[in-house]
Amino acid sequence: MPADRPDGISRRDFLTVTGALTGAGLLAGKSSAEDGAKGKGPAGLGPEAVGYTLRVNGEDRAVSAEPRATLLDVLRNSLDLTGAKSACDRGECGACTVIVEGRSVYACMMLALQARGKEIRTVEGLSRGDTLHPVQAAFIEHDGYQCGFCTPGQVMSTVALLEKTPSPSPEGIRAGLCGNICRCAAYSGIFEAAAAAAKAK
Amino acid sequence: MTHPFTWWDARTAEEAAALLAKKGAMALSGGVDLLGELKEGIRSPDHIVNLRSVPGLDRIERTDRGWRIGATAILADIAAHAELRKALPGLAESADAVATPQIRNQGTLGGNLAQRPRCWYYRSADFECAKKGGKGCPAEEGENRYLAILGGGPCHIVHPSDCAPMLVALGARLFLRGPDGARDLPIADFYELPSKNILCEYTLKPGEFIEAVEVPVALPRSTYVKLREKDSFDFAAAACAVAGKIDGDHFTEVRVVLGGVAPIPWRAGASEANLMKSTLADAIEPASTAAVDGARALSQNEWKIPLAKAAVARALRSFLPR
Repeated sequence: MPADRPDGISRRDFLTVTGALTGAGLLAGKSSAEDGAKGKGPAGLGPEAVGYTLRVNGEDRAVSAEPRATLLDVLRNSLDLTGAKSACDRGECGACTVIVEGRSVYACMMLALQARGKEIRTVEGLSRGDTLHPVQAAFIEHDGYQCGFCTPGQVMSTVALLEKTPSPSPEGIRAGLCGNICRCAAYSGIFEAAAAAAKAK
Repeated sequence: MTHPFTWWDARTAEEAAALLAKKGAMALSGGVDLLGELKEGIRSPDHIVNLRSVPGLDRIERTDRGWRIGATAILADIAAHAELRKALPGLAESADAVATPQIRNQGTLGGNLAQRPRCWYYRSADFECAKKGGKGCPAEEGENRYLAILGGGPCHIVHPSDCAPMLVALGARLFLRGPDGARDLPIADFYELPSKNILCEYTLKPGEFIEAVEVPVALPRSTYVKLREKDSFDFAAAACAVAGKIDGDHFTEVRVVLGGVAPIPWRAGASEANLMKSTLADAIEPASTAAVDGARALSQNEWKIPLAKAAVARALRSFLPR
């Protein structure tokens, strides 16, 4: 993976795309002046920032972002939820995995507008106060990480897998977690943690 | 970075078609493939029309003609549909073979069929190539390890879809909609070789999009075998979709279609002929050899010829009585 982003995007560019909401006035958003066919269609959104609501970890959050902003952009840059990580930015590594409507997805490959009206869960929403989610506890117990960068994505994929398949086979765990890469190759610990979390439930 | 665009939530298929008549408009379903192209800067639509906002366009239903699957049906739902899997096992297997859980959870059938090739010269804004409207094919003298062994030239991409070869084998029909109305065609006619259409692998008119896929249930036996360099997830290095009807020890009807080896899903007519003239057990060797009839390797991809043969043999062997 190249160190430099091929598109030369900087953090500053990201902030202009997703700018945090500073005033309620922004909430109204801007809609394109154009209408659909013959002026009767729906209003277009953007290309400037538009205001809308995302339901994240059980809370409605107001955001303002351009239509081109990904869910990952908005979570990290507008909502300060930095658990989901940006690494490959092409839906190949899994570090940005979040759960939308009960399904694991790559937040880097979903536009934030696509997540409107859906229940979004990130790693920040797993624990109850100081009590870790059983999957988080199992990752610690079984050393399911080394550097930890991919861990939020691994944890979210494991949570999604076990909610769908409470008692997966070892092959089912591997297949279920195949969309998450660990560059430290802590896979044996990750798979053990997933198996242990399944038993703990 | 991604070109700025205006977003439109279509409320009906007709409305989507009208919106797509705008200059610079593109349809988005799951969006995984298109977003990749936007991020690479090789596509810069001014308008994106959301098809997932059309109610019912994701329906999976049994009709009197077979199964009708809406274009925005999620791949994971196709793979998990028990009744569909029973009727069309190969289709469920092909949906299950796509990428990773995350991509199957977002990707849709329509998007899978209309996804663009993965050739890295095509996917990079830094390379000029004929498929992007430029000149020549840098892969001919460059990196072509994963590219076409059949049907290539003047562009050598392989079609990346897992579901497309299976749907060709099953004899599916595509229902398209556009600003000028609706039409339908056999899925095999949807795909075009680069020698005919270098810019796109399929024949959608401006503003047209896939609305649904209809799959007959006439071929009860089907399977999809996908061989890849990295088994955890990858595009196919070679794949084989087979659908047919078996009577005792032989096929009475069969289609064999290769994936990952040609710019379009590649129907292996010579294999089918072999399968129709002897028992399955006797036909496996000649049918798998015949599947790569006319294959021609580029400088780095000769390995894919025996691999494609193996995919066919493996798919056919799965129909032998155990």
